[in-house]
Amino acid sequence: MTVDSLYPQLEPLFAQVQKPIQYVGGELNAQTKPWDDVAVHWALMYPDAYEVGLPNQGLMILYEVLNERPDALAERTYAVWPDLAALMREAGVGQFTVDTHRPVAAFDVLGVSFATELGYTNLLEALDLAGVPLHAVDRDESHPVVVAGGHAAFNPEPVSDFVDCAVLGDGEQVVGDITDVVAAWKAAGCPGGRVELLTRLARVDGVYVPRFFAVSYAADGTIAAVSRTRDDVPARVGKRTVMDLDEWPYPKQPLVPLAESVHERMSVEIFRGCTRGCRFCQAGMITRPVRERTITGIGSMVDAGLKATGYEEVGLLSLSSADHSEIGQLAKELADRYEGTNTGLSLPSTRVDAFNVTLANELSRNGRRSGLTFAPEGGSERIRRVINKTVSKEDLVRTVTTAYANGWRQVKLYFMCGLPTETDEDVLEIADLAVEVIRAGREASGSRDIRCTVSIGGFVPKPHTPFQWAAQASADTIDHRLKVLREAINADRRIGRSIGLRYHDGKPGVIEGLLSRGDRRVGRVIERVWRDGGRFDGWSEHFSFARWTTAAAEELAPFGVDLDWYTTRERTEHEVLPWDHLDAGLDKQWLWEDWQDSLSEEEVADCRWTPCYDCGVCPTMGTEIQIGPTGRTLIPLTPVTG
Amino acid sequence: MARRPDGPPPPPTVQKLRLRYTKRGPLRFASHRDLARALERALRRAQVPMAFSAGFSPHPKVSYMGAAPTGAASEAEYFEIGLSERRDPEQVRAALDASLPPGIDVLECVEAGEGTGSLADRLDATRWRVDLPGVDAGELATAVEAMLARSEVMVTKRTKNGTREVDARAAVVNASVAEEAGCAILHMVVRQLTPTVRPDDVMAALAVVADLHPPLPARAVREAQGRLDDSGNVADPLGPDRVASSYCQEEHAQV
Repeated sequence: MTVDSLYPQLEPLFAQVQKPIQYVGGELNAQTKPWDDVAVHWALMYPDAYEVGLPNQGLMILYEVLNERPDALAERTYAVWPDLAALMREAGVGQFTVDTHRPVAAFDVLGVSFATELGYTNLLEALDLAGVPLHAVDRDESHPVVVAGGHAAFNPEPVSDFVDCAVLGDGEQVVGDITDVVAAWKAAGCPGGRVELLTRLARVDGVYVPRFFAVSYAADGTIAAVSRTRDDVPARVGKRTVMDLDEWPYPKQPLVPLAESVHERMSVEIFRGCTRGCRFCQAGMITRPVRERTITGIGSMVDAGLKATGYEEVGLLSLSSADHSEIGQLAKELADRYEGTNTGLSLPSTRVDAFNVTLANELSRNGRRSGLTFAPEGGSERIRRVINKTVSKEDLVRTVTTAYANGWRQVKLYFMCGLPTETDEDVLEIADLAVEVIRAGREASGSRDIRCTVSIGGFVPKPHTPFQWAAQASADTIDHRLKVLREAINADRRIGRSIGLRYHDGKPGVIEGLLSRGDRRVGRVIERVWRDGGRFDGWSEHFSFARWTTAAAEELAPFGVDLDWYTTRERTEHEVLPWDHLDAGLDKQWLWEDWQDSLSEEEVADCRWTPCYDCGVCPTMGTEIQIGPTGRTLIPLTPVTG
Repeated sequence: MARRPDGPPPPPTVQKLRLRYTKRGPLRFASHRDLARALERALRRAQVPMAFSAGFSPHPKVSYMGAAPTGAASEAEYFEIGLSERRDPEQVRAALDASLPPGIDVLECVEAGEGTGSLADRLDATRWRVDLPGVDAGELATAVEAMLARSEVMVTKRTKNGTREVDARAAVVNASVAEEAGCAILHMVVRQLTPTVRPDDVMAALAVVADLHPPLPARAVREAQGRLDDSGNVADPLGPDRVASSYCQEEHAQV
């Protein structure tokens, strides 16, 4: 069966929309395969605009891993903007992949990576544009199996009506297992139809099939029980963990778009997982344990990636990059390698530590020196103990001052607002800090030409974290605290004009909170919002708070719950949480104790350097911490002369 | 006091190369900024020894000129690069071409001739071919005649700052109509004025004078770009560099 490209129908539409380049594919290092050469066809979707989705590492990794298999192909699809969607509906053209413009409906598997819950309405829009029934139960053998992945898939209950499966954890190996199951089922002539295929998938480690689980509710609206509906699938689904990152050097050939994207650089993941134990951080909790790529493994990925892409900046990614056991040596030896080539190396935001200024100096030796970002996260020492990210005010000011003294003119500081136990005073300390940083920085650098940008995000409690029981701050609380903070920063204009304040109002965070800790009843709200026109909810110009609150009020009323019930309500110790049957390896009792420790402002140390504190992940998942140092060094590359 | 980066200043430009490239197939949807990014990355992949500007934020010395609009294909886009080491222009062309995605093809590369003036000054007109599927060639010919008969046809252009009235007729040097495989084709030479008159603006002019509204989007290809000569043709803008370079070679040969 050959599947024709929709390009001839799409081309006249592209001529009529904004930024058509995002829909044409043909990126450097993109791959295409003949349809009939393989058994299993994957469409991989990032449910946001191309410019956000293209640089996504997860999607790029799976795209390569799948395309390396002789029996599979993978193509990419992204959310189309409303201007094109309207023209596609008018012309009767379906959701397409950018690689070959084949219709998404023709693929065997549609994999969707959810980095954030605000992409849910874009999944519904893509399914509808593709002509795939919105509800999993309405699909038959001719439709793709819709698989959700990414961090949000650790609580897929709000989208359980719309996805056939959710995959927990690292995707590199499980996509291969899913391909094997689909290939065998197709080769056997699709025995037992779609239900049989889903049953086989449910037996794959890490794959959750919501339809094989039933949820019952108590009179107070809480969940009474979640139980499987058939005993031939596992009762609990555990996450997948890839060990030995050096064996998975992906992406080997990073995609380079023609269109502008949010990250104009290539990235190398230097380790996965984090055990710093920041209590707000879902990523740090669900990706344990720490698994480092070795210094030599990183060196060859940087080298191969730069040659394959022509990028002039390399980001060394992880959840806390300065913690890599070989980071100092890595920074120096990479900078030596790329001396005189205008190649910049950078770290994402780092912990507040003077050592990280030294690192940044070293990494930016050959490239452009843009700015330094630190993430203290909490405004006061007290709240930093609550979230387990302890740094004293003196250390913070000293570190940032060191950065200015070293010639960095722009320092960005990340904070959160709305943390558990937070008061106005905790947030106002952010202003004190910023003012002191500028005063000390002007003195240390001898220049008034320095800036500090304070960037504030509203805190959203996430599943599988110690704060999963916490009450989320209301939008009004967040907005009030941001207002007093802004006034405090502007109180002294001579200092205030060197401080930039970046924030969003509290409303989108409330909806993210509903979707993060929601259960299956929230699916009706998502569908209603999409039917009312909701798309691109992560974009302020498209997000409508009123649309969400109206939908939530009306769709949740029959269940006797509401938006506040899901967001600003604190949960009790023994409440059944919607994701309790999904296992990130974290012991629920340990999470509860860590939540209690947080309330009494007690810290917990990193298990890489102190004894195990029994979070439960390693024994449950059969994994272990993999860190160096390896003792290896990066040898200089032979310079290529043209 | 202005801060200065540590270390020696970057090496100076020792050679200037001028290149012609295409924008074909789906890549006609690329904007001039998309192309600039793609070219700069390809220069790095091809390991062309670029000269860089000085300062904290060094940029490779590349100048772009006269970019075709997003959505229009082109056989004749031009840019100029400064090198810190001398290279054979043909080798640079081949290496760069191999590093670019299909559709952006580097067709020519010549060394800028000493004293030949700027390349941008030699790009003052474009020869366009506009395919108009679904339009009757006879009807198009009538519309074109009507437009050429006028001394001025004002059309409304959308710009970043709202809308702007521009005389589309004034830019059109000549225009003719042909038909290929049942598709009407408009051939024309258009002067590069400020504000730019694009094929879309000429189509708007045809709508004004003859109520011509194509049922499908027009497909424009820039076939040539260069200096307008007396007979209304577009001359090869790299011609003066080629002359200078062959003169140079002769001189070297004599030594």
